[in-house]
Amino acid sequence: MATRSWEESGEYLLRELTPQVLATVVRRYRDFAAAEDAVQEAALAAAVQWPRQGFPDNPRAWLTGVALRRMADYVRSETSRRHRETEVARPEESVPLETEDREDDTLTLLFMCCHPALTLSSAIALTLRAIGGLTTAEIASAFLVPEATMAQRISRAKQTVQNSGIPFQLPSADERSQRLRAVLHVLYLIFNEGYTSSAGPELRRSDLSHEAIRLARIVHNLQPDDPEVAGLLALMLLTDARRLARAGPAGELIPLAQQDRSLWDKEQIAEGIALVSAALPKGSVGPYQLQAAIAAVHDEAATDSATDWPQILALYDLLKRMSDNPMVALNHAIAAAMVHGPEKGLKLIEALQSDSRLAEHHRLDAVRAHLLELAGDREAAIRDYRSAAARTASLPERNYLLTRAARLASDGDA
Amino acid sequence: MKYILLMNTMKANCEPLAGWSQKAFQAHCGFMIAIDKELRESGEIVAAEGLSFPDQARLVRADKDGLPITDGIFPEGKEFLAGFWIIDVETKERAYAIAARVSAAPGPDGKPLNMPIEVRQVMSGRPSSGS
Repeated sequence: MATRSWEESGEYLLRELTPQVLATVVRRYRDFAAAEDAVQEAALAAAVQWPRQGFPDNPRAWLTGVALRRMADYVRSETSRRHRETEVARPEESVPLETEDREDDTLTLLFMCCHPALTLSSAIALTLRAIGGLTTAEIASAFLVPEATMAQRISRAKQTVQNSGIPFQLPSADERSQRLRAVLHVLYLIFNEGYTSSAGPELRRSDLSHEAIRLARIVHNLQPDDPEVAGLLALMLLTDARRLARAGPAGELIPLAQQDRSLWDKEQIAEGIALVSAALPKGSVGPYQLQAAIAAVHDEAATDSATDWPQILALYDLLKRMSDNPMVALNHAIAAAMVHGPEKGLKLIEALQSDSRLAEHHRLDAVRAHLLELAGDREAAIRDYRSAAARTASLPERNYLLTRAARLASDGDA
Repeated sequence: MKYILLMNTMKANCEPLAGWSQKAFQAHCGFMIAIDKELRESGEIVAAEGLSFPDQARLVRADKDGLPITDGIFPEGKEFLAGFWIIDVETKERAYAIAARVSAAPGPDGKPLNMPIEVRQVMSGRPSSGS
């Protein structure tokens, strides 16, 4: 056990240091793609050597040294390959080698990895590798694709960053808030990918939800005064707190209303509530803070029937005014149904049926089925549960929806 | 989002190389190899396999003791799966575009076959663990 915890702490340290070392190498060589490879190789070398030889006195200087040597080897081989030095990255001798913390470095790298020139799946993969310090194999396994495919995706993403000539510096103040939103969106997608693809106690090393929380924490530490960053971190913590209660012994999904609340992570809930409570009064309320506040109201209810639905409805009212997202409108309809009765919710949903963004989406049918069930219209509820089941792309969710339909159908037989 | 592209073909069309010149067959194979290379380079391929000819296929059922009973007689004109690709792409439209590329593989006369390619989304979440 002692060995294991040592290895874990070494791994944690390695991944914390990854973006800092990468920034040093990028600043010196100005070649993001090659620098990223060099840092990944240095991290792999550390993972092999540190457990055998013990921690170096200064792990960061050790990693930086190895990465810079790899980079120098690369430059030498590229130079002789091309017989020319002009196109090859060369160290900027004038740039001092820093092993001090430069806080903005990680943020600058995050902006590069989440650059609008990249597709979302590329930005996600690149962020997990360059900032998260995950190996290509770990990212591939998290997304259930072959390692070679993920390697290719990451390499193309790095090339895109390289070719677009993005300088290694923070975006201008005007641009920054918009670019930060893009970063938060990528972290949110990483979290969701992990959250919807895994439930229950099973935890993998490269668990995406926890990685997203770790990354959001890093951004929050760098931008402690940004309420939306705090809001996103809070939303992740408050949602992930229900992880153990979300699935039954056979992996079947358990909806919020039926979860065993004693399984919820109280420490995580307390942290999330503290974060969002501190963020909201700052006066710059955004969608992540509101979603976190809604999650907090759910998490604070000791039982499902104790849920403060009027407050949730009020929060969805605000959120709906702020965003044109039809999913928000759908959740707003559920809250309205819980406060004013299912008929009110069904009426609101009717207005959404013409929204082309929802037309083929399973959530519309699933929510309608749920409200019809509450309203006592069994036949219609069964029909909508089945139609939702046919449209979802998630196997656990399909099983859940079919189970609901089957239960209603057999109630009718009894 | 993951999609599987199923290349179905009629058993009658599967007579090995019937009606194909060497040149036409090589053009067809070259086309498939090029698509494979493209999808690998774009970082979109999850798996791609070709399957043995239908006369090698067997239908298997369990008998009352759970032991296999094999059956190898298939009617002419029945559709058979010749091969498949599993891809991981950003949009449904991209999956359709790849399917259309595959569909247009050159036939015995060098013209596009325009084969029907069945496109199905692959569900997320493992069935066994529910995770």
